[in-house]
Amino acid sequence: MTGNPIINIRHAAKSYGSLEVLKDISLQVTKGQIVAIIGPSGSGKSTLLRAINDLDPLTSGEVWLEDEQVNKPLPPRQYETHINKVRQNIGMVFQHFNLFPHLTVRENITLAPKMLKGITGAQAEELAVEQLTKVGMLDRIDYYPSQLSGGQKQRVAIARALAMKPKVMLFDEATSALDPELVEEVNLVMKQLAEEHMTMIIVTHEMGFAQDVCDRVLFMDQGVVVEEGPPDVIFKNPANERTRNFLRKHLRGRN
Amino acid sequence: MGLDFSVVPPFFDALLTGALWTVAITISAAVLSFFGGILFAVIALYAPWPIRYPFRLFAWLFMGTPLLLQLFLIYFGLIQIGVDLPAFVAGVIGLGLHFAVYNSDIIQAGILAVDKGQYEGARTLGLSRGQTLRKVVVPQAIRSVVPPIGNNMIALLKDSALVSVIGVTELTLSSQMAISRTFRPFEFYVAAAACYYVINLGLEAGLRRIERRIQIAR
Amino acid sequence: MDTDLIIRVFPYFIEAGWVTIQLSVLSMLLGLVCGALGAAARLSRSVVLRFIGAAYVSLIRGTPALIQVFILYFGGPQIGIQLEAFEAGVLALGFNIGAYMTETMRGAIISVDRGQTEAARTLGLSRFETFRAVTLPQALRLMIRPLGVNINALIKGTALVAAISVVELTYTAQRYIGSTYKPFEMFFLAGAIYMAIIYVTGTAVSWLDRRVALK
Repeated sequence: MTGNPIINIRHAAKSYGSLEVLKDISLQVTKGQIVAIIGPSGSGKSTLLRAINDLDPLTSGEVWLEDEQVNKPLPPRQYETHINKVRQNIGMVFQHFNLFPHLTVRENITLAPKMLKGITGAQAEELAVEQLTKVGMLDRIDYYPSQLSGGQKQRVAIARALAMKPKVMLFDEATSALDPELVEEVNLVMKQLAEEHMTMIIVTHEMGFAQDVCDRVLFMDQGVVVEEGPPDVIFKNPANERTRNFLRKHLRGRN
Repeated sequence: MGLDFSVVPPFFDALLTGALWTVAITISAAVLSFFGGILFAVIALYAPWPIRYPFRLFAWLFMGTPLLLQLFLIYFGLIQIGVDLPAFVAGVIGLGLHFAVYNSDIIQAGILAVDKGQYEGARTLGLSRGQTLRKVVVPQAIRSVVPPIGNNMIALLKDSALVSVIGVTELTLSSQMAISRTFRPFEFYVAAAACYYVINLGLEAGLRRIERRIQIAR
Repeated sequence: MDTDLIIRVFPYFIEAGWVTIQLSVLSMLLGLVCGALGAAARLSRSVVLRFIGAAYVSLIRGTPALIQVFILYFGGPQIGIQLEAFEAGVLALGFNIGAYMTETMRGAIISVDRGQTEAARTLGLSRFETFRAVTLPQALRLMIRPLGVNINALIKGTALVAAISVVELTYTAQRYIGSTYKPFEMFFLAGAIYMAIIYVTGTAVSWLDRRVALK
């Protein structure tokens, strides 16, 4: 592994009462890396992802974005200011898009940059055009989310996250809620981001996609990283029995 | 004494003026109740408890008592503490506050019904709590509660007749003044009812247009 | 707060509260009858009945209740209807709330799942038998809470017969505000009694709703 990590997770643990969802997980992601996290539902993979921008706070452990601790222990008021700053650098894409239904595609994209980066009319327009061109949605700039298909919504959601010029992008099962025929258009956008060397952490059920696009694959089960390695190793020659079982079920289910 | 509607036309101007005042008071109170409703909803949900609990008590009182009683309280209560407002202003405040409390109840439910994913979407972009509330949650809540708020506006139009009791010369009081000169209550009250009915039709049509326009932005 | 004054006028407010209760109960009963008839008319197969039902709802809901009270009480004598203020109040309030109850009842009836009617009709039940044995029992459950909302509005709405000098709570409060210049005390006194009436009614409606829901 080369370079300093962009994301550095140290001894992450999270529990709800006596239920441990994450057990002492450490993970470094360097610039330009594309990491897939796979595993059965309830394995903790989404929780880990959502801990990176502190949507689901950890019980213990640290998350660092470059040289800044994301979950820095601060008094509530200061923490609020701190986390809002940090989150501007971490883009996130959700399973259910979470586009703002009362805003047009353009306004969805420019809302946060306008409010947080103080950009003005012409710059905002330029930004919206740039990001929408990237995801192939420029012709829908004046539409409302309710007028878009699931795949189109997700592409806009990706553009919205990119408009903040984040250092890393998190994808939380970005294609799970889509009809099968709409998955590909979103995958294409993500592949394109990969080619541009965007740092990405992707929680997914799409084994084929993980294999094609990612540099590293983590297999999680019951709150621990069972096995990790390059996709060729994980998918073709996994060392761990649990990984093999999961992949057997999952790949068979696909065919 | 039979009915004779020919007594009405000579008072056409007076009734029209009254109707315009009814429209004016309805619009003023509707605007007050709308923004007041948003403010009250945010207070009821998010204000620190020393503000929140007294406010809830106030809302509870206002929702449990008749509008007419509240109008008397505001009109005479203000005079007692030395504030002598014109009847129109007192009427707008009374109607506006009354319906703001009802709107607040609806808007609170709308705010609570906004999907959790919307908060997450906004917060991951780096928006603060206040920004999220202002730009994402409240606008959506308002859109989702337009139909019930519209019903409140329709109720407000009809309840505006009550401000005649504290001396606002709107449609109802204008007809009463015509009656006191002609002794023809049936004809003039029916004429007033017809005016209200027409204003109401206009209001309903306007609300339907608003509902249609926001349909896709939800 | 002038407690002496409150204690002194309290008996008059209790008396007035009793008038408010009578107004509420009688106009509620009339409203329920009007509502049931109105809903039947609105859902009938006869075009004429449907039109009458729709006109009733539209005219009543499109105009202020206060004007309706005035037409009946002050205008009534011109068309040969001579009523005491209390009677005019009950009739006008009952007709008024009946229009709202029409829509409540109709809404409850049409929201009973269509499949229920179809299932009953395939079993061979007639249209009327289906309504009586399948649709109505389900609709009654659905309408209790919204009717409770109508009744809550009615109780507060009884205040407007103060404008035709029925000596109920609001009229009494207004009169004592005029004679004592204590608007806050009088408001709280009348308000407390209104809230007590509304509380008891609300509890009764919830109780009824729970009881029916258990079956």
